[in-house]
Amino acid sequence: MTTTESAPAAAPRTFIGKASNYLEERSGISVAVKEFGRKVFPDHWSFMLGEVALYSFVVLVLSGTFLTLFFQPSMAEVEYHGSYAPLSGMHMSAAYASTLHISFEVRGGLLMRQVHHWAALMFVAAAGLHMLRIFFTGAFRKPRELNWVVGFTLFVLGMAAGFTGYSLPDDLLSGNGLRIIDGVLKAIPIVGTWLSFLMFGGEFPGSVIISRLYMAHIMLIPALIIAMIGLHLLMVVLHKHTQYPGPGRTNNNVVGYPLLPVYAGKAGGFFFIVFGVLVAIGSLVTINPIWAYGPYDPSPVSAGTQPDWYIGPVDGALRLVPPHIESVIFGWTFSWNILIPSLIFGIVLISVAIYPFVEAWVTGDRREHHVLDRPRNAPTRTAIGAALMTAYSVMWAAASGDLMATHFHVDVFLVTHVLQVLLFVGPVVAYFITKRICLGLQKKDREIVLHGIESGEIVRLASGEYVEVHKPIDEYERWRLVDFTSYAPIERTHPNADGKITFGSRMRAALSRWFYEDRISPVKPSELTSGHEQPESLPDN
Amino acid sequence: MTNSDQRSDEDAIDVQGGYSSGIAVIDPEDSFTDPGIEPHRPRKTDLFPEAEKRSARTVVAWMVLSAIGAVAAIVAYVVFPIDGHDISTVRPNNLFLGLGIALSLLALGIGAVHWARQLMVDEETIDIRHPQRGSEEAQAGALEVLDAANKESGFGRRTLIRRSLIGAAVLTPLPGIVMLRDLAPLATQGGDPAELLRHTMWTAGTRLTRDPDGTPIKASDVQIGSAVHVIPEGLTNETEDWLNKKAKAVVLVVRLEEEDLIEAEEKKSWSYHGIVAYSKICTHVGCPVALVEQHTHHLLCPCHQSTFDVADGAKVIFGPANRALPQLPIAVDDEGYLVAQSDFHEPVGPSFPERAL
Repeated sequence: MTTTESAPAAAPRTFIGKASNYLEERSGISVAVKEFGRKVFPDHWSFMLGEVALYSFVVLVLSGTFLTLFFQPSMAEVEYHGSYAPLSGMHMSAAYASTLHISFEVRGGLLMRQVHHWAALMFVAAAGLHMLRIFFTGAFRKPRELNWVVGFTLFVLGMAAGFTGYSLPDDLLSGNGLRIIDGVLKAIPIVGTWLSFLMFGGEFPGSVIISRLYMAHIMLIPALIIAMIGLHLLMVVLHKHTQYPGPGRTNNNVVGYPLLPVYAGKAGGFFFIVFGVLVAIGSLVTINPIWAYGPYDPSPVSAGTQPDWYIGPVDGALRLVPPHIESVIFGWTFSWNILIPSLIFGIVLISVAIYPFVEAWVTGDRREHHVLDRPRNAPTRTAIGAALMTAYSVMWAAASGDLMATHFHVDVFLVTHVLQVLLFVGPVVAYFITKRICLGLQKKDREIVLHGIESGEIVRLASGEYVEVHKPIDEYERWRLVDFTSYAPIERTHPNADGKITFGSRMRAALSRWFYEDRISPVKPSELTSGHEQPESLPDN
Repeated sequence: MTNSDQRSDEDAIDVQGGYSSGIAVIDPEDSFTDPGIEPHRPRKTDLFPEAEKRSARTVVAWMVLSAIGAVAAIVAYVVFPIDGHDISTVRPNNLFLGLGIALSLLALGIGAVHWARQLMVDEETIDIRHPQRGSEEAQAGALEVLDAANKESGFGRRTLIRRSLIGAAVLTPLPGIVMLRDLAPLATQGGDPAELLRHTMWTAGTRLTRDPDGTPIKASDVQIGSAVHVIPEGLTNETEDWLNKKAKAVVLVVRLEEEDLIEAEEKKSWSYHGIVAYSKICTHVGCPVALVEQHTHHLLCPCHQSTFDVADGAKVIFGPANRALPQLPIAVDDEGYLVAQSDFHEPVGPSFPERAL
């Protein structure tokens, strides 16, 4: 796009010139183009995960809009006379009948349903992986803590959007999902029954839940998601993108390709690739064949019921509880068998949300951080991440405990018991293994900086000794291996002005020891020159 | 890039603005210096005009392919219509329409990315960051604005106005919250929630009928080891709120050898010749407990694997459920059909706070 001077004297002649002049005189858009047109974006494959989530959301809005043109969010009972013969003459809700209509009578309707469902799975998956990338590279550090919280909110909203949409067709499988929600709501102490009645408009399942979920699914939650995405991206612009450590990459700059044209070309093209992949999957792979489940009826249920993947950990947590934990206190029933797993899942989520603030408090580092950490260079953080992932994965696996039992011909009770143990042991084991791996990798990095890379060449010295030649690395490679911040634990807590050692400072010292006791610092120039095997040519700086 | 573009550690103070580095170990005396951005490595397309031309042709080819995909999708829409009487016509419509659209999107995307990667200038450029906090002037300016606003409005000075404003602002949204009350019907219209959950459609003399066809069940027809899915007589989709009623009333009838049954003293009269009836709604979160293991007499909930022993009062032997499935006392009427002696003696389904009150 060409921007023209707004001086009336130089009247543009070409069509594009005239059009941009028209726009310019009514918006002053040139300011924005000049400011943002060459904005620099660093390049790395892991930066595309957030893009995948964003583009999946666009696909969701497009395919979802198509679906609303045909879907009837009503639980009014109808007798089915559509083209799917096995259900002919059955009584069902208008919602279920219209979903069958979309699937079997609207050309491209089934395609849009499947694209929509796959895009939803992709959205939550990409958002989750994006969060992991942010976590393991320390991209949540100042000034991005608030954006981490916004992103976390988006992940939770994504799960809510997914669940409300999943329930809309009013089929047997999703109806059982709502039945579980009803049971979970009723477990909330004191007010549970009322919450369930408010949600379902009376007793389960009632006749209003589909239209209520529809409102949440197509208006309330998407509006919140769009607002949050806006805030998320606005903060990305304000902060400028983080970058991986490397030569020339500092906390004071951002190195990469300009928005116009390279980044626009790549990111714009990538949108169509994501869209194309989702449509290809939607045309090739069946998902959620609601006609096979039948309309909702509180009586039947099929074996091996599975929620969509992102609800799995919640469902799995419910399955891992041992029997008989419920108590009656002053006449009120407390269903710990539901409250405790909800609490555990909640604790995992909350600890994810507040992690940046905890780490900032432990390090006391108030500086801005724009250069990412390689995960190995923050061993304790990486280990904590691995532990949380393990806890999440065990709960997730538990949601498929029955399928594991039938597929691998083992006892379902045994699978459950193993997972119960793993839920507590797994994260601890994952923590220590990950931390050791990180420290090992850091040692290897030091080794490479100090001694170079093993070349595989064996030479015999005059004395008869055989040695392997180590090739020194160049200064760019070396910089990649030494440019990271290392933290040292607080060895002694000092009294404050009142002469007291506060609980907070003790706590902080203890945490700092936990985080940084095992620590490997980057190689210093003095170590290179002090008697270690000397790389042959030290590039001068 | 020249070295003057690079920032060294001393410049870092600019962005770091004198903030505490906490427990970070910083030793500017003994650390490596950033060598600066690596020299640009030219691509094939930068070096050889033929390679550049080939890349340009590749991009054009992708665009042409994309256009073909779009046209193909429209053609597929027309030539693979869905025949309302032949369900198999949905498959080619879905497949070819989808593949056409996917081709059109993918080729466009791949072409654009190829263009950006191979033909656009790939010299890295640098933006300089600024500290996230605004400059001193900007902050002073903002303070001035807020100060002026405060002075001109008297917000800080007029405490009574301010407090009454806050009070009003807190109360104003309340009607909106109160109005949500009618999300659930009033007790006068629908009954007290906890009370509703205590009762089902079953009454003394209600016949047990098969789900879903509603035919009554002769006690003599129930084979040992068999399980029958049961609804109360008269429950059809014509019944008012039939799903709500069905969600509480579904029952599973099982017949065991009489000597296999372990029955509590007060419940001995609730079964009939080894035939027992239990609520099918799981006491955990309410899924139908629909899987019957015949030789072990176990009922398994497919949702969360709670397992109940029918031979022993349907008590929980595994899984997250806390309570046994409620038992429906049954008998036979004059014609030999199974009937209920009464409603359940406790609420069916998942626990709720008022359950034991």
